[in-house]
Amino acid sequence: MAGGPAGPVPPAGKRKSVMGTRPWVAGLFLLPALVLLGALVVYPIGYSAWRSLFDADGSGFVGLDNYGEVFTNDATLTAVKNTAIWVAVAPALVTALGLIFAVLTERVRWGTAFKLIVFMPMAISMLAAGIIFRLVYEQNPDQGVANAVVVGVHDAFADSSVYPNARPSQVSDLKASGGGAFTSRGTVSAGTPALLPLVGIAPNKLPDDPADAKAPTAKAEAGRISGTVWLDFKLGGGGEKGAVDAGEKALKGIKVEAVRDGKVVASASTGAEGTFTLPKSADGAQLRLPAANFAAPYNGIEWLGPTLVTPAIIGAYAWMWAGFAMVLIAAGLAGVDRNLLEAARVDGANEWQVFRRVTVPLLAPVLVVVLVTLMINVMKIFDLVYIIAPQPTQDDATVLALIMYNASFGGGGNFGLGSALGIILLLLVLPVMFVNIRRLRRERQR
Amino acid sequence: MSAPSVPSSVPPSTPAKETPPPAGPPERSIAARISSGAAGGVLRVFLILVALLWVTPTVGLLASSFRDPTDIAASGWWEVFSKPAQLTTESYASLFENDDVTSALVNTVWITVPATLLVVLVGAMAGYAFAWMDFKGRDWWFVLVVALLVVPVQVALIPLSELFGTLGIFGDIIGVVLFHVGFGLPFAIFLLRNFFAEIPRELLEAARLDGAGETRLFATVILPLGAPAIASLGIFQFLWVWNDMLVALVFSDSQSQPLTVALQAQTRQFGGNIEILAPGAFISMVIPLAVFFAFQRQFVSGVMAGAVK
Repeated sequence: MAGGPAGPVPPAGKRKSVMGTRPWVAGLFLLPALVLLGALVVYPIGYSAWRSLFDADGSGFVGLDNYGEVFTNDATLTAVKNTAIWVAVAPALVTALGLIFAVLTERVRWGTAFKLIVFMPMAISMLAAGIIFRLVYEQNPDQGVANAVVVGVHDAFADSSVYPNARPSQVSDLKASGGGAFTSRGTVSAGTPALLPLVGIAPNKLPDDPADAKAPTAKAEAGRISGTVWLDFKLGGGGEKGAVDAGEKALKGIKVEAVRDGKVVASASTGAEGTFTLPKSADGAQLRLPAANFAAPYNGIEWLGPTLVTPAIIGAYAWMWAGFAMVLIAAGLAGVDRNLLEAARVDGANEWQVFRRVTVPLLAPVLVVVLVTLMINVMKIFDLVYIIAPQPTQDDATVLALIMYNASFGGGGNFGLGSALGIILLLLVLPVMFVNIRRLRRERQR
Repeated sequence: MSAPSVPSSVPPSTPAKETPPPAGPPERSIAARISSGAAGGVLRVFLILVALLWVTPTVGLLASSFRDPTDIAASGWWEVFSKPAQLTTESYASLFENDDVTSALVNTVWITVPATLLVVLVGAMAGYAFAWMDFKGRDWWFVLVVALLVVPVQVALIPLSELFGTLGIFGDIIGVVLFHVGFGLPFAIFLLRNFFAEIPRELLEAARLDGAGETRLFATVILPLGAPAIASLGIFQFLWVWNDMLVALVFSDSQSQPLTVALQAQTRQFGGNIEILAPGAFISMVIPLAVFFAFQRQFVSGVMAGAVK
């Protein structure tokens, strides 16, 4: 591995050139590289540093004002905060995933296939990964797989209402009683069937091919109260409002509560024909259809809303880079002396203790390399945020590299601020630059 | 390779207390063997679930790219598994009729190939000089190259946009290529110099005794023997440029933009453009994935080495 944590550098210090090259020949071999590096990398650093001291169009000298603006302006402060979150969370998360995968895949025979799958996203562009995860995080559970799973799990544990938007018809005795529930003004008594007509749903939108509603039998069974909840609407018109006409559809599974003095004394659910029966104790109570019957369906999590957008994008990043951490750590793991692990086991350590006290400490150098590499990478994160964060929440998800682009090219036109942000990004990776150089020096002295 | 027992870290249902094997002969109790078998099952299920989790997003994109826009709007991509009749290549057909997309694909190639070849050639020349030639300040120059390894591209966007503007190549493919060459070189020189320095001195001396000059040494000894490193570098640089969006976003215009830039313009109305985005993204992934599966070893070493960029 190179770059930040430079790989082993073969000693070159005292070595003589093989052929006693004439200096101008060496110059010819080096010239293209040095010219290109000078013009395309070194010169821009100097120019950016200089340009960051001037205002938006470069006409007035402003000193360090552009840097001050980065740390006072609300928009750039959000970027600073989000970049800090990225650097604090993403590398640790990715390294932890890589460590877990590397250790566990050692124990199955198809570990290589697993590694191939997890490493694959490293090959694709952040743009493609961004499009992939925009699709994953689509709000509509019928589009985005993340919400499809969340809603599926949610609905498996919580009853979802099937009649959102339904409401009592005009002629009904039911009136809205706050919080989305409807309560009858009158009271029920045994022997008088309770008719609870609802409207507001198209008959063809009813789930599960509903049966025709059946009027409650007037004959009270031993003082019990019966009633019907149905859709008081007939396709093609006709029918009497407030009466159960032939062909009107039953509303199955609606919860009906009997309320007396604000207390629920009995409750029942409507059957396939829309009928329900309440025990005698409900006599004289008001009927209430609780709000749960009409709640809007659970629509999943707003992944790309203002609060979750950064964690969601970090999730996409982890998907891309876990393979990188895994492969590096697995390579380190291959170099760990198995006898040390075995010795710990013989001494009575359980697997967790072996992992925690032996494996991880032995892997520490590799883990540091992975962490540092990811940190450098994450400081400059741009494409993923730019693509995944939708326009309304892009300001909530913004990071330094994104605001640098927006300030200078994405409509901002402020090259002063943009240059300052570029220099800040450079300063952030400067410590790694020094570590690289020191390592190089050390290797050479050996 | 396969350790006998399983860490209790991940499968939580593993019996927490795994009896330590008796200190004597490593014969494991029946209970331990059963628990380890069960834990092995848990481990396998866990890894399979993770693998599924990792492929699902890509499968979603692939499935979406083979569906009708109306089907996409009406239901999730997973429906193709129950209704394979929905599969259609229509999106791809209309994508290839879209001139913006096809010319962007061509531009991607015209940017990527020269940027890769130039970096390999110029980097190999400099790497050779740093590894085997004596000149004043050699170590100092090499330290400078190493220092440039981690310079973020952002620092050069503004200066080079002004410089390229002055030179009249802003918005031109040449500008995009030049930018990638500049920022590809430090890593190229670093990687190749280290690899070239490992070439046995005797081989170079023998060639020299045969009367080979620098250029011939470079072409007939260094390049062939350095092929593995050159391959890794080439693959890394190729993918880096192919997958780049930011540099091209700044330095290309509507005539010279590569696929990534053409596609990002469509993400503003994500839902409405999915029939362009899904197949487009998949086309942009085909080449990198092909490289990945064809050259796994070089790919991994190249990506590992260059990840710091």
